[in-house]
Amino acid sequence: MDGEYVDALVDTAPDGIDFDDLHVDRDPDGYAFRTPAATHTGIDEETLREVAADSPYVRNWYFWHAVAPQKDDHWAFLRWLEGADERGVTERYDALSDGVAATWGQLHLRVELTGGERRYHVRHVADADTDSEDLAKHDEPLDARDLAKHDDDGQYRPLKTAPSLRTGWAFPDLTAAELVATVDAFYPATIANWHREREGDLDVSHWRDTVSRQTGIYGVVDTWDRGDGHEHVDWVAEACCDDSQCLKRREWQYDDETDLDVDGGSGTFPCREPCSLVIAAARKWTKLEGEATRTYEFELTPSEKEQLEAVIDAVADGEADDIREADIYEGANRYRVRYLRAKLFDEDGNLAGVETDD
Amino acid sequence: MDQALVIAAHGSHLNAESSTPTYDHADTIRATGAFAEVRESFWKEEPSFREVLRTVDAEEVYLVPLFISEGYFTEQVIPREFRLDDWDPELWDSDGTSATTATLTAGDTGQTVHYCGPVGTHDTMSDVIVQRAQSVTGDSDVGEGFGLAVVGHGTERNENSAKAIQYHADRIRDRDRFDEVQSLFMDEEPEVDDVTEHFESDDIVVVPLFIADGFHTQEDIPEDMGLTDDYRTGYDVPTTVDGHDIWYAGAVGTEPLMADVVLERAADAGADVSAAIEQVREETGGVRPATGD
Repeated sequence: MDGEYVDALVDTAPDGIDFDDLHVDRDPDGYAFRTPAATHTGIDEETLREVAADSPYVRNWYFWHAVAPQKDDHWAFLRWLEGADERGVTERYDALSDGVAATWGQLHLRVELTGGERRYHVRHVADADTDSEDLAKHDEPLDARDLAKHDDDGQYRPLKTAPSLRTGWAFPDLTAAELVATVDAFYPATIANWHREREGDLDVSHWRDTVSRQTGIYGVVDTWDRGDGHEHVDWVAEACCDDSQCLKRREWQYDDETDLDVDGGSGTFPCREPCSLVIAAARKWTKLEGEATRTYEFELTPSEKEQLEAVIDAVADGEADDIREADIYEGANRYRVRYLRAKLFDEDGNLAGVETDD
Repeated sequence: MDQALVIAAHGSHLNAESSTPTYDHADTIRATGAFAEVRESFWKEEPSFREVLRTVDAEEVYLVPLFISEGYFTEQVIPREFRLDDWDPELWDSDGTSATTATLTAGDTGQTVHYCGPVGTHDTMSDVIVQRAQSVTGDSDVGEGFGLAVVGHGTERNENSAKAIQYHADRIRDRDRFDEVQSLFMDEEPEVDDVTEHFESDDIVVVPLFIADGFHTQEDIPEDMGLTDDYRTGYDVPTTVDGHDIWYAGAVGTEPLMADVVLERAADAGADVSAAIEQVREETGGVRPATGD
């Protein structure tokens, strides 16, 4: 694009330019060109072309107006990525020469000047220091749809923002538009909602609004809310929306006057309403929680009680598969649990021989 | 002004392949360049119906539901979740299979949305069913000596579900291409379990009118028809059942020509996509019947 940015500057100068410390305009005395690094007034077009050709301020102006996607949220996201609000152009261009990185969910994003132009790079945060040669290279943003589909163990990921993004890939050389498309394929709508939040117009739909909107098989979830309590919704959020389960920062609450008691998380991008996974799970809980409690009597040793608690913790924290086969010191170890089952279950699978009798 | 296409599909929390046909058809259309943007959206996946429009730059959007029939999803869920202000099913003025388009404004983004009828009830869907029969038999002239079963889920909540199946079975029957054409259902009479009782022909092509392969098309229907006792062990195409050769096609929605139906829906709503339609038909083997219908 050598020269294009100069031509564009000359074409635009009569309308005046005032962007990122670059000021250009034309009056009867000629052109005026001002940056923190240089001031030229009353110059002719040839001189303007000379000073513009070497100016990072001009290339920067050109990038943001002729190269970067102009959709507001995409533009703001790219500015955020290179710290445009914190650094002036000279400082920013120095930084960009070495590369500027940021994290978006589990994405490690990087922008670097190559031949004076911004090129973008995406890989998994866990691969930030991995040798590029060891990563599978991609250049098509929509490849991200396939990469996002399964985790490293081959399990399907129904929630794109679950912290289970697979590793081992890189998009090493993307344009600005391609970067945005790639991020949006990994984490759909996160840029749009992040931008809305920054602009103060994120349209949050709280739990009450969301469940009362449901129809069909999900209409029943609305009946789960009774009286003033929202403890059950706290449990839902703790189960599904914790940072360990989803990288969005939960901004929805019980209703617009009642916050939930659990933390919304520390994600970069917001969650603006209970998602389809939460609603589908809530439907199941609505049915389960319709049951009244009963009293059962079991005899357990203190260690057996603690072992049941350890099993629940291991499953809830996704650690059951990590417990070593012979680590019989862990309550959720497979041999330990099989022993417990052998001892406590009858032939019908009843704990301590006590029938559920529902 | 730039025009965008948004495809609305069901998706799945459990089945990773549910979204595959949606992605494939979107890619086919994207490659034509007919739209400045092509976006997939899902009821169960992301981007969600609620949030996809805010990822679209264009002010004018053609919204095409990748659903088989008119009913709960097309009349209630999609318009509600996309926040299509002033939506009313009456705007489609449909008899259950004749929805075309309605132009509305999205409440959260202000975009103009041309909300199209579902792909499943478009006339060109009949061509896709025939194309699917050609694909599974490997015979571009398949018809003579063959029966064709078009299989649907059935009614449960929605009478239009069966209407869409019968509509295409009737249209294909009227072409006199296959010796017999019959609509069958999973959960109502006539049932797909008894497929061989409904045909005289030795060879029967069975095409399920489903968008994606999944539990119903890969497990239920093959087992119900007796192609296999256990879907995990697979089945041959064709498989002989009760003296008939059953050519089971799997979900019609996976046929590449489906991309054409999506485009036809957008074209009917005013999108300028005629060149793209020609291109997609050529690439996916779709040829309009010479006699028309």
